Amino acid sequence: MTSDEIRPSRLRWWWFVGALLVLAVAVLVSVMLGAVDLDASSVVASLFDRLPFVDVDSGLSDREEAILWELRMPRVVLGGIVGATLAVAGGSYQGAFRNPLADPYLLGVAAGAGLGATIAIAYGPSIPSTPFGPLPLMAFIGGIAGVAATYAIGYSVRAGRTAVTLILAGVAVASFLTAVQTYLQQRNAETLREVYGWILGRLSTVGWAEVWMVLPYVVVAAGVMLLGARRLDVLSVGDEEAVTLGVDPTRVRLVMVLAATLGTAAVVAVSGLIGFVGIIVPHTVRIIFGTSYRIVLPLSVVLGAAFLILADLLARTIAAPAEIPIGVVTAFFGAPFFAIVLRSSRGLGS
Amino acid sequence: MSPRFLTALAAIALAASACGASSATAETPATTVATTTIPATTTTNSDEGGFPVTIETASGSVTIETRPEHIVSLSPTSTEVLFAIDAGAEVVAVDNQSNYPTEAPVTDLTGFDPNLEAIAGYGTDLVILMYDPGEAVAGLEALGIPVILHPAAWTLDDAYTQIEQVGAATGHSEEASDLIDSMRTSIAAATDTTDAGGATYYHELSPDFYTATSATFIGSLYGMLGLTNIADDADPDGYGYPQLSAEHILAEDPSLIFLADTVCCAQTIEAVGDRPGWGVLTAVEDGAITELDDDVASRWGPRVVELVETIAAVVDAHLTG
Repeated sequence: MTSDEIRPSRLRWWWFVGALLVLAVAVLVSVMLGAVDLDASSVVASLFDRLPFVDVDSGLSDREEAILWELRMPRVVLGGIVGATLAVAGGSYQGAFRNPLADPYLLGVAAGAGLGATIAIAYGPSIPSTPFGPLPLMAFIGGIAGVAATYAIGYSVRAGRTAVTLILAGVAVASFLTAVQTYLQQRNAETLREVYGWILGRLSTVGWAEVWMVLPYVVVAAGVMLLGARRLDVLSVGDEEAVTLGVDPTRVRLVMVLAATLGTAAVVAVSGLIGFVGIIVPHTVRIIFGTSYRIVLPLSVVLGAAFLILADLLARTIAAPAEIPIGVVTAFFGAPFFAIVLRSSRGLGS
Repeated sequence: MSPRFLTALAAIALAASACGASSATAETPATTVATTTIPATTTTNSDEGGFPVTIETASGSVTIETRPEHIVSLSPTSTEVLFAIDAGAEVVAVDNQSNYPTEAPVTDLTGFDPNLEAIAGYGTDLVILMYDPGEAVAGLEALGIPVILHPAAWTLDDAYTQIEQVGAATGHSEEASDLIDSMRTSIAAATDTTDAGGATYYHELSPDFYTATSATFIGSLYGMLGLTNIADDADPDGYGYPQLSAEHILAEDPSLIFLADTVCCAQTIEAVGDRPGWGVLTAVEDGAITELDDDVASRWGPRVVELVETIAAVVDAHLTG
């Protein structure tokens, strides 16, 4: 990692503008393409029509307007929110635990959320899933419990707290929670399909209600994480050095992990389990731009949004008019990438 | 194309072998009253003459030496068939999904993962499975317990063949053929008088838009009533159960919507109308949404008649005239 010292530690404004441009292109392409062919110029006209003081006739029928504004648009927006949150949360976990492999899915957050969701689906009141229903709440509780268990086990190891012990603790917690979840699924076979759909990730049924539901949590969580980026940089020199620089490592770690888990659980509750975003995006940013968290976290927000929007575009167009689960798309690209990261980060952990 | 063709071939083969089996038991004394409705009275079927019976099922040839008295059904459809053909008294255990009729002896057994020891523990002399997750059939046969494997039917003829085989295997061939006759008559009555003229429909299996194409059993029933499925484009491989995109459903604007996720997932007419963007659908505006019973809509037993009549009534109410 010594080569990083020659890299700038501050975010250059033109990088950020470039990332925003990538995001803008991703949004535009995603809004124009879908299972149903909408005329590209009509879509642009309809977009302008929604601006204040602009009145353009898009030429779209009521049904096409509904497809664009009630189905496609909230899905693109939510995809962006979910991707941004998972990416910045992944980056924050990596900084807080000083572990390049930390990610919501390796820390037991996702397994905990999955178990919570399964309990809600199997034993909850039989009401349609709503943003404020038991499903998001239970996913949230499960996610917090998952990371808390991993943290507790990983940091109670006497032989020394290394990156490896934390990941091993995460593996143990995730395996246990997944086993409980599988058992519950077996006992409740009739709900199997619903659980399965949730686990593979679903953006396919979302509307604006889900967007408004997650937005407050996500804004708070992302805000805390972005403000903490500088302290994560201090933390990266080591706990004792951080103390001499006036930073309390335990407190920074706690705040960042809580914020990352809050954000993750909120988005996981509406989108289901979408893996690997928290690994791919922050590491790509590190490789291209630099390892400072003042670079990694802001760019992860923007590029995470762009990545998931494009992944969802693939999920809903590859087999159109059928859908493939977005979790399959992110894992398809994420798993090989994860392997490359793993190779190049050998020795970093301990 | 080719999977359907193979299915059709398999159905023909099954039907042919079943005919052979039932003619072997043809000398059954006629103790059943000939009626066009499902026989409701218990008939004392005490003949031993029909056995041994050999039938061909999905798992191969099965020989049943004597009339079974301890039957285990791990298929909700087969459970319904057994009770409809008066074999209910011989049924000692059914799986946890067999919720109809209510007198069926429900146990913790599951058809998705049959526990061989638990099955054998009932002194079982016939098992009906709809799914063999591994070596269930072989394992039961090693224990000397005959097994009928009746997987999900793809056509009505598959369903009739299965009923006929269950009848032959349990010594209730008469009742089985009466049941089939009555089903054929009722379904023909519905399909003869109702024709949707190619109007489109969407059959929902789950709130994330899993559906069944016209290649499936349920799809074939809609097809018999002249309805066109909006999901066929989404399933080029003929798997039968694709997940649709909401955009596609809105763009196709099906004339009729059928919900087969009312029990599992609490979907209702109101909930569908409240979905984002769905307010513009013709079926929502016209109130042409039907809440089906998930179980009736996912089985291929005697209550198929009920399902066909429900769909026919919806077509008559919304599309004709």
